[in-house]
Amino acid sequence: MAVERSLLEINNLETGFRFGDIYHNAVDGVSLTLENNEILAIVGESGCGKSTLATSIMGLHDPKNTEIKGEVIYKDLNLLDLNEKLYNRIRGNDIGMIFQDPLGSLNPLMTIYRQISEALEYHSDLNEEQRKARVLELLNQVGIPRPEQIMKNYPHELSGGMRQRVVIAIALANKPPVIIADEPTTALDVTIQAQILDLMVDIQDETGSGIILITHDLGVVAETADRVAVMYAGQIVEEAPVEELFANPKHPYTRSLLNSIPHELEGEDDELHVIHGTVPSLQKLPRKGCRFAPRIPWIPEEAHEENPVLHEVSPNHKVRCTCWKDFHFEGEDK
Amino acid sequence: MAFLEVKDLKVHYPIRGGILNTVQDHVKAVDGVNLSIESGKTYGLVGESGSGKTTIGKTIIGLEKATSGKIFYEGENVTNKARSRKKKYANYNKDVQMIFQDATSSMNPKKRIIDVMAEPMHNYFDYTPGETKRRVAELLEIVGMNAEAMYKYPHEFSGGQRQRIGVARAVASDPKLIIADEPTSALDLSVQAQVLNFMRRIQKEYGLSYLFISHDLGVVQHMSDDIAIMHRGRFVEQGSKEAIYKNPQHIYTKRLLSAIPDMDPTTRKAHKVERQRVEAEYDAQETEYYDPNGRVYDLQRYDNDHLVALKPEEPNASLQNEKVKTGGES
Repeated sequence: MAVERSLLEINNLETGFRFGDIYHNAVDGVSLTLENNEILAIVGESGCGKSTLATSIMGLHDPKNTEIKGEVIYKDLNLLDLNEKLYNRIRGNDIGMIFQDPLGSLNPLMTIYRQISEALEYHSDLNEEQRKARVLELLNQVGIPRPEQIMKNYPHELSGGMRQRVVIAIALANKPPVIIADEPTTALDVTIQAQILDLMVDIQDETGSGIILITHDLGVVAETADRVAVMYAGQIVEEAPVEELFANPKHPYTRSLLNSIPHELEGEDDELHVIHGTVPSLQKLPRKGCRFAPRIPWIPEEAHEENPVLHEVSPNHKVRCTCWKDFHFEGEDK
Repeated sequence: MAFLEVKDLKVHYPIRGGILNTVQDHVKAVDGVNLSIESGKTYGLVGESGSGKTTIGKTIIGLEKATSGKIFYEGENVTNKARSRKKKYANYNKDVQMIFQDATSSMNPKKRIIDVMAEPMHNYFDYTPGETKRRVAELLEIVGMNAEAMYKYPHEFSGGQRQRIGVARAVASDPKLIIADEPTSALDLSVQAQVLNFMRRIQKEYGLSYLFISHDLGVVQHMSDDIAIMHRGRFVEQGSKEAIYKNPQHIYTKRLLSAIPDMDPTTRKAHKVERQRVEAEYDAQETEYYDPNGRVYDLQRYDNDHLVALKPEEPNASLQNEKVKTGGES
């Protein structure tokens, strides 16, 4: 066993939401590690639990209606055991978060300078002057032109791409070793998306922090990630280094997803791959068996495991269930 | 033959201000656009947010008023006539339908699906209740849904199902053109695939045309025959799918195309270098491709089926001829 611990270690995390008296798990037994200097992408469709995973790490759930089990280990601390006061020291200082909607995560009544320096006030003992210098440095780092003027502006005066840069600057303010970015470019145009992704990769090269990048966009994954975890119905179904995942996708879900990306048509009858059925709702999730089985009904039952676990099929490449061995697309020979 | 033609369309919104709230300036959302749609074809309209692509769609169907320019439907001038009850515009109203991005808010939550879908039928056909029901069932079937769905309410469906109902409703009046404004932008990849497949099947079955408005270059490439790239309210490039994707000429098109994430992680570095090169070129050559006011130049014929907005070489007679020629042919 390696002696050194990972930067962030998630062990068997379960997050359940309360419906009446029963808790239903939106995240169901997720184990992941994040290393320094790494971008780990978590990819999945809406409702797969990827954002819940992020908010669970940050402790943003209302304890009255959620039940979180498992461990999130950061510097030998289990974050899930912390009280609110201690958690607040971690948030922003050790773990920075970037949300999807930059307008929603900025205060419309505060200038850009106030919002960034607020993060510094809480977590550092810099004086006013030092804070100002740091804000300017941050704005430069995230590529905002004319930072002296921009920092006096309000969020509504900036474009979407600029706002997202400000949000990134806030997340970076205290040089957190861990950054969680939840769909950071989904609301942006492609050209701006490319700039923001470049920026995140550059910052990561500079600071050596670990980034968890949550996205539904496989293109974003291919452009930025070092390692990828694919989530389906609250579980990780496949985990691999990015080159391996795109070259050798194994799990039926990953393969189906890659096949439904719009492409140039080859002939009149060429159609996109459609995944049979729909994502099961939280309440109806089967407790046992392969969760993807109902969506590939042409695969015989024996191909699935009774209690699917992640198997390491090649170094660092893990796949849940055994059904991938027998998987073929409908109407296709094996 | 083109059955719908848009000629030099302009949609300007006044900006009011000052003490007397007078018109100070205009936002030129659409500023001189030509477009012709042929039957059975899909016309892709691509641009970033704020480029004016949605405004074009809304003006064609009559949700926005054209400031100037004309829209011809089968030779008839139908500009700003969508709300007219006159008989001669009835066909235009029936034949041009729209699919919206957000299917939830485009359906009345208090109506059952059968009532949502029967509305266009009641407007244009004299169906008996039995016929309406049969027709609704038939339409639901072509978008892959059960006939029982007609007795449910919109909230009982998932996002993808609702969007499919939106497609079925647009087809209900037997239209010739459907304006699809970002029909799959709010959907997941696998659900998007389903909706796009149904849209293409319906097109084949009914010989429909689509005006497919999207910011997603991958989806547009999948769906379209012809494509126009929009920027700042004008077309920067227009042509067949092959011409635009394989041989882009305008710097803005190149910039857009290079920004599409590459699905191959092994070529990531090279792709990034190329993208940043194009980005730098865009910054350096802006004056070459936009006039001093930042306006996109007029389109010029570059190739047989390919128009590009390039800087006129010399403001002389030959240019005038060129302009007249392209204007006449498109």
